Amino acid sequence: MSYALLIDLTGCVGCGECQRACQRSHGFPEVEAKNLNDKNFTCLDQHGDVFVRRMCQHCEQPACASVCPVGALEKTKAGAVNYSADKCIGCRYCMLACPYDIPKYEWASNNPRVRKCTMCYDERTSKGQPTACSEACPVGATLFGKRDELLAEAHKRIGENPDKYVHRIYGEKEAGGASVLYLTSVPFEKLGFKTTLGNEALPEKTWNVLSKLPDVVATAGVLFSAVYWITHRRDEVRAFEQKMNGKSNVN
Amino acid sequence: MITRLIGKLTFWKALGIVFILGGLVSGAARFIFGLGATTHLSDSTPWGVWIGFDVVTGVGLAAGGFTLCGIVYIFNIKRFKPIVRPTVLTAFLGYLLVVVGLMFDLGRPWAIWHAIVMWNPHSVMFEVAWCVMLYTTVLALEFSPVLLERFHLTKALKVVKAITIPLVIAGILLSMLHQSSLGSLYLIVPEKMHPFWYSPMLPVFFFVSALAVGMGMTIVESYLSARAFNKTLETPLLKDLSRMMVGVASVYVMMRFLDMLHGNKFALVGWNMESGMLALEMALFFAIPLVVHNVRFGQTRLGMFLGAMSVVLGFVTNRLNVAMTSLERYYGNVYFPSIGELFVTAAVVSAGFWIFSLAVKHLPIFVDAHEEKDMVRLTPVMRPVVEEPRTAASAQA
Repeated sequence: MSYALLIDLTGCVGCGECQRACQRSHGFPEVEAKNLNDKNFTCLDQHGDVFVRRMCQHCEQPACASVCPVGALEKTKAGAVNYSADKCIGCRYCMLACPYDIPKYEWASNNPRVRKCTMCYDERTSKGQPTACSEACPVGATLFGKRDELLAEAHKRIGENPDKYVHRIYGEKEAGGASVLYLTSVPFEKLGFKTTLGNEALPEKTWNVLSKLPDVVATAGVLFSAVYWITHRRDEVRAFEQKMNGKSNVN
Repeated sequence: MITRLIGKLTFWKALGIVFILGGLVSGAARFIFGLGATTHLSDSTPWGVWIGFDVVTGVGLAAGGFTLCGIVYIFNIKRFKPIVRPTVLTAFLGYLLVVVGLMFDLGRPWAIWHAIVMWNPHSVMFEVAWCVMLYTTVLALEFSPVLLERFHLTKALKVVKAITIPLVIAGILLSMLHQSSLGSLYLIVPEKMHPFWYSPMLPVFFFVSALAVGMGMTIVESYLSARAFNKTLETPLLKDLSRMMVGVASVYVMMRFLDMLHGNKFALVGWNMESGMLALEMALFFAIPLVVHNVRFGQTRLGMFLGAMSVVLGFVTNRLNVAMTSLERYYGNVYFPSIGELFVTAAVVSAGFWIFSLAVKHLPIFVDAHEEKDMVRLTPVMRPVVEEPRTAASAQA
């Protein structure tokens, strides 16, 4: 029962209601912000006459959650990638690892938190209620629902208007897929979307190495023990031979 | 009194004091005013010099500990034994200082213990944290005989000596793990890093270059100790180390070359910052040491020192390239550390030198009093009597 958002860029008129609703629901000052920061979790990038909503993609296999040494970030069953400030040690590896550069930091604070869209996890989506932004969208460009149902809806839209839409749902497969899905009529690469990520989830690249380490340790451990045994056995043999030689000399 | 104090103050000591005082002030400022006000870190540079140098580079520079312990205890090349203690001490101090540096960088350093109880085995950082914790413990135990001898704790000394070999093997394994894992940290950002430095082989590159710099640091340290404490290694030992260092560096550079070749990365070479930094790294880490090693000057103490110093600088350049240069194009902003960040880093390094010199003064670091005579190859320069430091140590006790 994983929730997701479907953002149809062909419907977005760039009114900014999503941003204001987001700021309201998190208690941030309502300002028109062009960038994400610790007090603004979504923004609209304008490319020609297309507005692209930027926000946490809530990846299916999030890089941020995989790199967090203490598990402060986790992919919840509801679909949201949620952050627990009480676990965080502040290493900021999540900020480096995120392929979409979403997590922001409270640089001015002495007890800083990582800040990003929570998909309204605590207040809404954990209880099955839609996000503030999707409720606020006056034109239905941001839809809230179950991920599989939204994917079906997106495929249906492409099928019904094959000439209008680019035949790709961004977030369906990119970097292992995400819980924020985009439809567009303008090619994604022209809208600032990363199209070079591939479909392999990023944590796989790390896990490929990490999962082999137990074998490396076992093999190297035996190897070094063997080297130790051989090199020191040589000493023993040499000492023994010297002793024998010494005796024979005396005799 | 004051004039006498000033008279004792050498240039390096004065510089160290300035760095440590500046570091204390900057460090205090960081905790009072926060990271944002005192560093040049930002949302587009989440990791700066404190991670790039103090942690990623610092751990590598302390690699001499496991390299030399492996050479002496596992490969049984006993003639290197006289430098085990100073090298283990350097490694131990290095790791402690890495943790100190990390405390300034972490947003919530008081929560660092979370890594012990809140596990995420999928995180490279988690693995590095555990390895560093365990290896620092191993280093403390490897170094403990020095203290135990000094205070005549014979029983504890026996216990530690009995577990030396398992300790050394554990130390090597832990080092293999986290030295390579510091490279694995960057595996997750394939499209952010410049191809010169991103490679699926990063963990192997990090490990092999750490081996070379471990030997380089040992040579550098030995040379500096000779100047500062009149205690050093025999030249043949340094020559052997120097040869091994250049050998490992060559293997490393061949691997990097093949990575560039098979990844079609030579096409990216040109008049740009990345190419320049790559060339600098390769010149310092490989080309200069190779040339120095093969000319007559390279067989002198100064030559070996300069060759090793070049490897160390090349290593530092490589780690900073991975941690910073490779990401600059992606983030589109050039990061340069703030004065405060630099002061804290300089203070951490100075503290290392200072504690090392204190330890050498008060502990039997350069003299292995309980070793067989033939192992004591450590001949203080200008002093013909090998026994002298030993009697000094026992007189002190």
